[in-house]
Amino acid sequence: MRARRHTPALGLVALLAAASLTLAACTRDAAQPDNADEPQDALTLTVLAASSLTDVLEPVVDSFEGDHPGLSVRTSFAASSTVVQQVNEGAPADVVALAGESSLEPLEQDRRHGPVSLFATNQLQIAVPVDNPAGIEGLDDLRADGLTLVVCAEQVPCGQATERLFAQEGLQPDVASYESDVRATLTKVELGEADAGLVYRTDVAAAGDRVAGVEIPEERNVVNRYPALAVSDRELAQSFVDHLLSDRVQARLVDAGFGPAPEQ
Amino acid sequence: MPALIGVAFVVVPLLALLARTDWPQLGTHLSSPVVGQSLRLSALTTGVTMVLVWLLGTPLAWLLARSDHPLTAWARAVITVPLVLPPVVGGVALLMAWGRRGVVGGPLEAWFGITVPFTTVAVVMAELFVALPFYVVSVEGAMRGLDRRVDQVAATLGAGPVRTFVHVVVPLVLPGIAAGSALAWARALGEFGATITFAGSFPGRTQTAPLGVYAALEQDPDAALALSVVMLAVSVVVLGALRSRWLR
Repeated sequence: MRARRHTPALGLVALLAAASLTLAACTRDAAQPDNADEPQDALTLTVLAASSLTDVLEPVVDSFEGDHPGLSVRTSFAASSTVVQQVNEGAPADVVALAGESSLEPLEQDRRHGPVSLFATNQLQIAVPVDNPAGIEGLDDLRADGLTLVVCAEQVPCGQATERLFAQEGLQPDVASYESDVRATLTKVELGEADAGLVYRTDVAAAGDRVAGVEIPEERNVVNRYPALAVSDRELAQSFVDHLLSDRVQARLVDAGFGPAPEQ
Repeated sequence: MPALIGVAFVVVPLLALLARTDWPQLGTHLSSPVVGQSLRLSALTTGVTMVLVWLLGTPLAWLLARSDHPLTAWARAVITVPLVLPPVVGGVALLMAWGRRGVVGGPLEAWFGITVPFTTVAVVMAELFVALPFYVVSVEGAMRGLDRRVDQVAATLGAGPVRTFVHVVVPLVLPGIAAGSALAWARALGEFGATITFAGSFPGRTQTAPLGVYAALEQDPDAALALSVVMLAVSVVVLGALRSRWLR
């Protein structure tokens, strides 16, 4: 009995090993081919950023790499509150770029290695599925009964902006779900599970024709300012923060629907 | 030595959780709304899930244990998929089936105006999806160990299949049912990935205890730790009951 059990057990181990290798092979293709496995060294810079920066940061990183031959910039995106928590818990990072100033408050002093630089602004927009099943035309339609509305959780900047917007407009809509970051909110609208979601206007722009945007008039909207700062003492970290304020990057941010860097 | 490393690897994080917990203020943290609401919701949803697990899982396990039909092996394989499937994939699958544009959810909304995602029902469905296989697998094991002559004797004494099942089979495999229930319940209680994907997160409606821990961690870490300690205590109690009574 004992001896017979060995063969299937070995087979199982081999199968698991094969499965792991297959998964590893799959990820290999997606990851950067060069020094993706090497530890952080002089040639890599790690940027942790808010999820609303997912699309726009790619060309910004490309142009920075172009200016610094041999450098590879690694990016990771999460809710701003998660980014700060990760850095406080010691995640290896050189730069953080967040979607709201209040998210920066919990960042510990000994991880701050430079001045905070506000490099962009953003405003909310109502994202609706392309066929707009609930016929949303403006903020006031969010009061409608039976509407499935998703917003960001209050610990992330888009959630705080949403709360400010609701408070200022005296809106108390029926919310279906508080999503953990702005992209999760957008996804629920993209999939058609929600009739409307409050996201940044840049998220609607980045989603292309997968969702439609309903504008919130300027005078009723709220503005989020995006801070960035170096969280390591490497010179390149500060250069990346400065790069965000360069004319080239500012033009790209405006193209993507962000507001330009506010007066510092 | 490797054995010690293995033990330490599991024990250290659990001790760290206890060490970082703010014990003197534990009562205060436990009374924060996120804790009470999410624990109540978890108790409710896992309770309903377990009733469904018993009602659906017990006959299913019996069928798998006694049927010789060639499709049985396939059914057994399919039902165990959620055991190994990443839960978030289960959530996506549920969304594709029961979402407003889903295979089942689409007609459901068009004809009856019923939408499933973002409701407490969706939470129960996510929990049932991940927990049912644990129950079925362990109860089927117990039922297969049952001597076939037991059903035959019951039949010769005039009991129909349903009566045999309810009055003979179920009482005999009660230990298996209890062990399977504990495993399934613990899995339902810990369910995160499928829930946040399929049901979203709304306090009191779809934000169960694990989702509460996740949401509170960035805002009120002490409440997150307090909630974690409660879940750890519950897990230990379940495990202790299992080991002392049925696993030995």
